[in-house]
Amino acid sequence: MNLTLHIWRQGGPDQPGRMVRYDVKDVNEHSSFLEMLDVLNQQLIEKGDDPIAFDHDCREGICGSCGFVINGEAHGPLPKTTVCQLHMRHFKSGDTLHLEPWRSRAFPVLKDLMVNRSAFDRIIQAGGYISVSTGSAPEANLTPIPKPLADRAFEAAECIGCGACVAQCPNGAANLFTGAKVAHLNLLPQGQAERETRAVGMVEQMEQEGFGSCSNFAECEAVCPKGISIDNIARMNRDYLKAKLQGVNRLVVVGA
Amino acid sequence: MESPNVSGVLDSKIPAGPLESKWEDHKGHLRLVNPNNKRKFTIIVVGSGLAGASAAASFGELGYKVKCFCFQDSPRRAHSIAAQGGINAAKNYHNDGDSVFRLFYDTVKGGDFRSREANVYRLAEVSVQIIDQCVAQGVPFAREYGGLLDNRSFGGAQVSRTFYARGQTGQQLLLGAYQALCRQIDAGTVTMFPRHEMLDLVVENGRAVGIITRNLVTGALDRHAAHAVVLATGGYSNVYYLSTNAKGSNVTAAWRAHKRGAFFANACYTQIHPTCIPASGDYQSKLTLMSESLRNDGRIWVPKNPDDKRSPDQIPDADRDYYLERKYPSFGNLVPRDVAARNAKSVVDEGKGVGPQKNGVYLDFADSIRRLGRKTIEERYGNLFEMYDKITGENPYVVPMRIYPAPHYTMGGLWVDYNLMSNVPGLFVLGEANFSDHGANRLGASALMQGLADGYFVIPYTIGDYLADFLNAKTPTDTDAFAAAEAEVRAGVDRFLKIQGKRTADSYHRELGRIVWDYCGIARTAEGLRKALELIPALREDFWQNLRIPGGSAAVNQELEKAGRVADYFDLGELMCRDALDREESCGGHLREEYQTPEGEALRNDEKYSYVAAWEHNGAGKAPTLHKEPLAFEAVKLTQRSYK
Amino acid sequence: MAWFTDFSKAAIGKKAVMAVSGIILFGFVLVHMIGNLHLYEGPGHLDEYGQFLRHMGAPALPPNGALWIARLVLLSAVVLHIWSAWQVTLMNRAARPTDYTYRPQVHTTYAARTMRWGGAIILLFVIYHLLHFTTGTVHPSFEEGAVYHNVVAGFSVWWVSLFYIVAQLALGLHLYHGVWSLFQSLGWSHPRFNLWRNGLAQAFAWIVTLGNISFPIAVLTGLVR
Repeated sequence: MNLTLHIWRQGGPDQPGRMVRYDVKDVNEHSSFLEMLDVLNQQLIEKGDDPIAFDHDCREGICGSCGFVINGEAHGPLPKTTVCQLHMRHFKSGDTLHLEPWRSRAFPVLKDLMVNRSAFDRIIQAGGYISVSTGSAPEANLTPIPKPLADRAFEAAECIGCGACVAQCPNGAANLFTGAKVAHLNLLPQGQAERETRAVGMVEQMEQEGFGSCSNFAECEAVCPKGISIDNIARMNRDYLKAKLQGVNRLVVVGA
Repeated sequence: MESPNVSGVLDSKIPAGPLESKWEDHKGHLRLVNPNNKRKFTIIVVGSGLAGASAAASFGELGYKVKCFCFQDSPRRAHSIAAQGGINAAKNYHNDGDSVFRLFYDTVKGGDFRSREANVYRLAEVSVQIIDQCVAQGVPFAREYGGLLDNRSFGGAQVSRTFYARGQTGQQLLLGAYQALCRQIDAGTVTMFPRHEMLDLVVENGRAVGIITRNLVTGALDRHAAHAVVLATGGYSNVYYLSTNAKGSNVTAAWRAHKRGAFFANACYTQIHPTCIPASGDYQSKLTLMSESLRNDGRIWVPKNPDDKRSPDQIPDADRDYYLERKYPSFGNLVPRDVAARNAKSVVDEGKGVGPQKNGVYLDFADSIRRLGRKTIEERYGNLFEMYDKITGENPYVVPMRIYPAPHYTMGGLWVDYNLMSNVPGLFVLGEANFSDHGANRLGASALMQGLADGYFVIPYTIGDYLADFLNAKTPTDTDAFAAAEAEVRAGVDRFLKIQGKRTADSYHRELGRIVWDYCGIARTAEGLRKALELIPALREDFWQNLRIPGGSAAVNQELEKAGRVADYFDLGELMCRDALDREESCGGHLREEYQTPEGEALRNDEKYSYVAAWEHNGAGKAPTLHKEPLAFEAVKLTQRSYK
Repeated sequence: MAWFTDFSKAAIGKKAVMAVSGIILFGFVLVHMIGNLHLYEGPGHLDEYGQFLRHMGAPALPPNGALWIARLVLLSAVVLHIWSAWQVTLMNRAARPTDYTYRPQVHTTYAARTMRWGGAIILLFVIYHLLHFTTGTVHPSFEEGAVYHNVVAGFSVWWVSLFYIVAQLALGLHLYHGVWSLFQSLGWSHPRFNLWRNGLAQAFAWIVTLGNISFPIAVLTGLVR
């Protein structure tokens, strides 16, 4: 299989970037998309060129490291699949593919297809947890949780934090990411004590990071490799609005 | 090869007293740091997986100042996230006879009697607290319709003690620990350094006092000082190049600590997981694990005739060899991981492998689908079947899966005492990075348990006892030791860039991995190990002459990162072979072909080899010194494993 | 005011303002359309209905009192609706400073993507509509109170009717995404009725749009004369 790739090349965070064309020959259809790039990179190094930088780690679709936009779609054309799990058999010889990094003000490009997603960590730091210090937990089976509820919390908790939702959203919004964590914790009985402050803290942090707002396009849901539902955004909106109607503000947490 | 220098007996600091009360008694006698003094101590935690994140979060909650480092772009991406199966705990929710003792016993036996009794007992003891902690954090474990936690039997265990969150238990547990860590970052007790790689340990006056890191974005080398350094940097399966580990998983932090004096123990104890998807070509970058729960309902077979060209569903039962069921009638397809892996290798070596590369065996669900219906199988394994289909393009409901063993976990690691401190005072090692709890083979669903036990419930107690001596001790970074370590790291980085040869780091890694896999993989022989000990140094020599690293060191340079890791794998691979050669017995994941029972089972030599082999680094090109920590078994009786 | 500033500080608050003002406007377009169905009952009924609207609330309220209260409420809703749209648009532009060089794939609906342009068309339409049928400024033969006559005469100009039809189609799309969207924005989500939200939005949009379009068509085809 032969492909024409147009890949975003950018030397560093403050350098200008541009699309560069690569003609890739004899791609094996059983290789993954990242393995195809590995092979290209080996050739680039041997030729004395700079290899294409991209984040990746587990290559099993669970760590959330990898991801870029292929022909306008975050993680490429296959639903519920990260680029590391996208295999070349889904393309055909002669295809032209455009590879670009996640584009968002909150995700500055570090190099080529690699972006800085620390904003996601700061959103979790703003309340995406249940405050239970080690050792203070009660016996696990003291709180029964109905299975359907536990399942819904699990489905929200599946988020891998890859950032595809932000990349695909025309507004560069992070509501699916934030909503998934708010929903996961606010659905569970353990999360009730901090329900309002969590929603307020995380939403306000999301704003500070420079993400856009939600226009209910549902683009995020379409490309989410874990198929996380936008119902979680609605849940976050409800909890945030309720908290704001009650005048709840973000908590300031101080260490021990 | 020179015969190893053998010396010394290591002090494991196992507390006296009966097994059941060792930990409780020990905790009662450990020295404490006053709550108001805790903030005067800085602790470095390297790694943010289950062990690192849980330790860093717990330290922060206690009030210590914590600096936590990870090479990934976020602590949430550590490779613990990929664990599928579950986490064991002796809760006995199923009333099926489980207990702390039984979990302890199963773990010691599963480790083929090459682990420390006291450590394992403590692990089983705190396992119940882990579940409580994680549930309180909001980890969405599977539940029964009554709303209580569900358990399953895992990896051939006779009791149901495995807690799970579909096939994503590791992810959910790690996110729980990550969130606890985030809470402490927000509170200001923990400072997080993502995209930072530890490249050296700084040792001063015999104590670990800090680390040198490289910022993977800017390339800057930084000095970080602390009262104690905690490594939670995972295992070294990637020495084989192809493994189920993440591409970034590496031994560098542990190895650099080893070069600074920390002993590396039981390097040859590696676990090869029997159910992985076989490699499909030479571009293959990693292997994917399929949860071993699949063996509960799948039957493993190969065609009796190696040249059978028929599609698998056309091959009648009479022409199939269900070799596990044939050789192990009572356990059948549920034999332990090492036995299943070894048998798969031998049928493939006999040329009976299946698939285009003839490098796998069938795992067939046709009988189970007939017996239970497709819907039941879908409920049990739906996501695994989907993943298999995604990777291979084959539908396992119709065509049998092809599986083959792949390196998955390493039981060996830096030597630690009962307090999880290495022989270098102030250097603590947690989780897969240490050697302590799994002996020669790890049971399924025990890795997550150990990572969290170490991080949540062991190190927060034991580190205080060490720190108590250093109240008001300064942590300067402008010392000779820091300057020397930084200069060495800088020279090392420059050395890679100066070679400007022809071959890529990956090409060396792949070749090294092949050597280690062939001679120090599923089965080892003295002859093969000796050969590997010639091949590895020769390839290493070429590596240092002919490596090509593009670009410079002052920016993102992923090839430079790889080169440093591959260089360490060369040295580690050599030590693995040395350790494997020295251990003239078979145990757990270490099978020496010379030492087998007539049935082909691992044959231990308890009289001579009932010890932990802890290796001391003596400098490049010099043979390491072997230190033996004898293993004493009081609570369990040593038996020969039999799965007939 | 401080409360409102805090509430609408985050985009989610602004979207709630947009949703609530949207609900008011949805209610208006629905009632407006239903009221206009009097057209089909002949001149007397429609003019009477106009009369009724002007004297609503009497004698408690002066003539046109209720009408002006309604107009103020509607005007505030329009202002808040546009203000919040403007605010989130600025925010969204800033959040995506660099666009993709190549982006043919779109998963969302046409309606969702055209909310801003649709909204602008609707705004222009409303201004025209007020000048046309309320003040009569741009009407060829406007007579105060003769609603039926004004409608028939107004729609007899084919290009005016065409503009009305186009604007109503834009309104239909806007209503479809808007109604569906408000459930999300206000967090009215539940697995049991989420599937209904789309149907409800479609039904609402179709009813209002078809009802409104029927008026110019009825005039142009001579059904109403």
